[in-house]
Amino acid sequence: MSFIEYSETIKEGDTAIVFLGHESMFPVKVQQGGKTQTKYGVIRHSTDLIGKQYGSKVTCSKGGWVYILHPTPELWTVNLPHRTQILYSTDISLITMMLELKPGCVVCESGTGSGSLSHAIIRTISPTGHLYTVEFHQQRAEKAIEEFREHRVDHLVTVKNQDVCKTGFGVTGVADAVFLDIPSPWEAIGHAKSALKREGGRICSFSPCIEQVQRTCLALEEHDFTEINTLEILLRVYNVRTISLQIPDLGKAAGDNSSADLDAGSQSNQDASCTNLHQGAVQFKSGVPLREMVAHTGYLTFATKCLF
Amino acid sequence: MAESPTSGPLNVIREGDCAVLKRDEVFKAVSVLKRRKIIFEKQWFYLDNAIGHIYGTTFEVTSGGSLQPKKRVEEATAETKEAGTDNRNIVDDGKSQKLTHDDIKALKDKGIKGQEIVQQLIENSATFRDKTEFAQDKYIKKKKKKYEAVITIIKPSTRILSTMYYAREPGKINHLRYDTLAQMLTWGNVHAGNKMIIMETCAGLVLGAAMERMGGYGSIIQMYPGGGVVRAATNCFGFPESFFQKLYEFPLSKVGSLLSGTFSFEASSSETEGSTPLADEDDRSLDEKQLSVQEADTECGTEIPMESCQPEEQEMADLPSDGEALGNDKTKTTVRMHDKQRKQEERRKKLTEAAALLKDKDADGLIVASRFHPAPLLLSLLEFVAPSRPFVVYCQYKEPLLECYTKLREKGGVVNLKLSETWLRNYQILPDRSHPKLTMSGGGGYLLTGITVINENLKTDDCSEQKTEEPASKKRKLQDP
Repeated sequence: MSFIEYSETIKEGDTAIVFLGHESMFPVKVQQGGKTQTKYGVIRHSTDLIGKQYGSKVTCSKGGWVYILHPTPELWTVNLPHRTQILYSTDISLITMMLELKPGCVVCESGTGSGSLSHAIIRTISPTGHLYTVEFHQQRAEKAIEEFREHRVDHLVTVKNQDVCKTGFGVTGVADAVFLDIPSPWEAIGHAKSALKREGGRICSFSPCIEQVQRTCLALEEHDFTEINTLEILLRVYNVRTISLQIPDLGKAAGDNSSADLDAGSQSNQDASCTNLHQGAVQFKSGVPLREMVAHTGYLTFATKCLF
Repeated sequence: MAESPTSGPLNVIREGDCAVLKRDEVFKAVSVLKRRKIIFEKQWFYLDNAIGHIYGTTFEVTSGGSLQPKKRVEEATAETKEAGTDNRNIVDDGKSQKLTHDDIKALKDKGIKGQEIVQQLIENSATFRDKTEFAQDKYIKKKKKKYEAVITIIKPSTRILSTMYYAREPGKINHLRYDTLAQMLTWGNVHAGNKMIIMETCAGLVLGAAMERMGGYGSIIQMYPGGGVVRAATNCFGFPESFFQKLYEFPLSKVGSLLSGTFSFEASSSETEGSTPLADEDDRSLDEKQLSVQEADTECGTEIPMESCQPEEQEMADLPSDGEALGNDKTKTTVRMHDKQRKQEERRKKLTEAAALLKDKDADGLIVASRFHPAPLLLSLLEFVAPSRPFVVYCQYKEPLLECYTKLREKGGVVNLKLSETWLRNYQILPDRSHPKLTMSGGGGYLLTGITVINENLKTDDCSEQKTEEPASKKRKLQDP
C-alpha cells in the first residue's frame, strides 16, 4: 500500500481504513499481532487483515462486520488526526484543477497543517513531481514528516519548519504552483513569486475572511500577477429517501372517480420515480438536502504569474 | 536556478501546436497554423507572428491582422485627478460624450491604438470629472475592453478547456461545470499509474482531463456508444503522441457479450461484416445523423480545432465501415488495401487488448459522464472495477442518480455512496467594494460517488435484502405525517 499506488492485499505496516458504515470509519496501522477495538468487537490484524484483499468484509469478534478499504487522499482527509483546521475535498478539487496540477509539477505549500491538502497534491504530482511544504509549527512539521513516511510518499515531499512570511519556501524559480493557507498571505506573495518558475505559474491563496482576500489581491496586483480571480465553492449533499405523501380526501362528487385517475396516472409513471399508490398515499424517491450544511470554508483566490 | 531543461523550449509557440486564445474571460481553442485567418471576439488576425514567442505573451492586433507582442506599460493612473463625490449631478442625456461614432471610427481607421482612443474618450467626456473615483475606474475598464484589441496566447489545460466549453458550448459537454469536473477527478482518485474506465459523451473533455492527470502513466479504456469515439476536446489539449499509446477504446455494444463471456473479436467482426449488414447500416446512419446535428450547433468557439482535428476524427468514425468497404469495392488499389488491412489489423489488436484489460476486472476506477441514463452503464461497468476503488457518475439531472443509488444499494458491492452537487460563486474583490458577482451558474450537474467492495451478496447467490435501503428510524419519521 501507498497513497500513490493501489495494491491488492493488506500488508504489515499499511494504513488501512476500517469502514463501519454511514460515513463512520477510522484509520488503522496494520501490525503483526495488533488488535483494534470496534463497536462490533475486536479485529485481529494477523488473522483478520494481513493477506486479505482490500475491499474485504471482515467479521469482528462480536459478529458484526466492517469493510477494510485501501487508503486514498480523500479517505485520509476525513480520517486524519486534526492538528489544525483542514481543507476538505471539495475545496481541494478546485485548488488542484485551478492550479493546473498534474504528474511532474513542482508545488510549494504553506502551511502544512494536518497534511490534508499535502496528500492530495502528492497524489496528483507523482511519480515525477515534488512538493515543498513549509510549516512554522515544529511539532506539526515533524508529525507530517512521520505521516508521509508511513504513507510511503516521503520521496515526493520536503517538509521545512520555517515561517514562509519571513524566509519563504527555501527554493527559487522551480515551482509550477504555490498554495498559501496562512493568516497573512499578503506577506508571502513576494516569496511565492520568487519560488515560481521564471516563465510563470499559478498561485492560490485560501482565506476565510474577505478582509484577508482584499489585502492579498492588492499584494498580487503589486507583484504583477494577472488573472486574479476569487471564488467560493460549497458542497450540497443530498440524502436519498423514500418519501410518502398522503392524498387528501376532498370528498367525492357522485359518479366521479378522481382517485382512480390519479392511481392510473401514477402507475404508468412508475418507472420514473417508483411511484406507488397504496391506501391514499404516494411514494417517491427524493434527494433531500441536509438540515444544516457547511456554508463557508474560505475564499479561494487564484492568479497567474505573468511572464513579463 | 534548478529549472528543468525542457521547460524552456516547451513553452515556445510552435507551428502546429494546440493553443488557446484569451481575451479577458473569453477563450477559444485554435491550432497554430500559418496563413490562416482567425476570427475571435469580432477581431480577425493571423497567428503567423506569434510563432516563436513564449506562451503567456499578450499581443495587440494591428492593421492587416498581424499580431504584435504588447509590452506591459505602466499606466499613468498614479496622478490623482479630479473626481466627484456622488452621482447627484450626472444626468443621462446622451450628450456627455462629444466624440461621435464616426469620429471614433476615423480614429480607428487612422490606426490609432486602443489606449489612445480611450484617452480621447475620457478627454471628450463632459461628465468624467464629476464621476466618483470608483465610477471612473469602471468607465476606463469598460472602454478599454471595447477598444483595446489585445489577446493572450496560452497553453491548453483542463482548467482552460473546461471553462471554455462550459461558457461557449455547454450542450456539448452535458452542462458539466468545471468545478464539477474537478470534483470528479478528485473523487475518482485519478492519478498516474491508474487503470481507468471512462464512459463519457462530453466531446472527450472528461477523457482529456483524466489523461492530463495521469500524465501518460497507466492506461485508460474509453467506452463509446455508436460508431466511434468522439475526441474533439481531447485533441485540443495537445497531448504528446505517447499519451495515446495506452489509451484503448471499447464499444458499449460489446459490453454485454464481454460480461457473459461470449465475446470474441472474430464474432464481432463477422457481425459487422456480413451477418447483419442492414441493421448495422441503420445504426451507423443514425449515429452519423446525431453527429451531424451536434456539429451543426458548433459555434466558432471550437470550430477551428474541430476542423484541424477532423482528419483523425473522421478516420476513427469511419473505421467500423472499413470492413464493408473492403469487401464491396474491389476497384481500390492494392496499396490502399494494404494500408486498410494494416489499420484494421492494428484496430483488431487494440480492441483485443482493451477486451483483455476489461476482462481482468481489476480497473482502479470508473467515471461515467454521458447523455445516457447512467443506471445501466453504472451497473454493468462496475463489474470491471476492482474492490476498494472509487467510482464517480455525473448526470445533469438528479433523478437518474436517485435510481442509481437505489439499484446499487439493492445489488450491494458498494459503500460510501454520496449524492451531491457543488455551488460556485465568483467575487469582485476591490478595496471597499468586495461582493459576490451579480450572476452565478444555477447548476453544474450532480454526482454520485462511492467505493466498490467485494460483493458477498453475489458470491453466495443470495440477493435478499440484507441491508435496508436507508435507516429504518428515519424512514418511519419521514413517512409519518
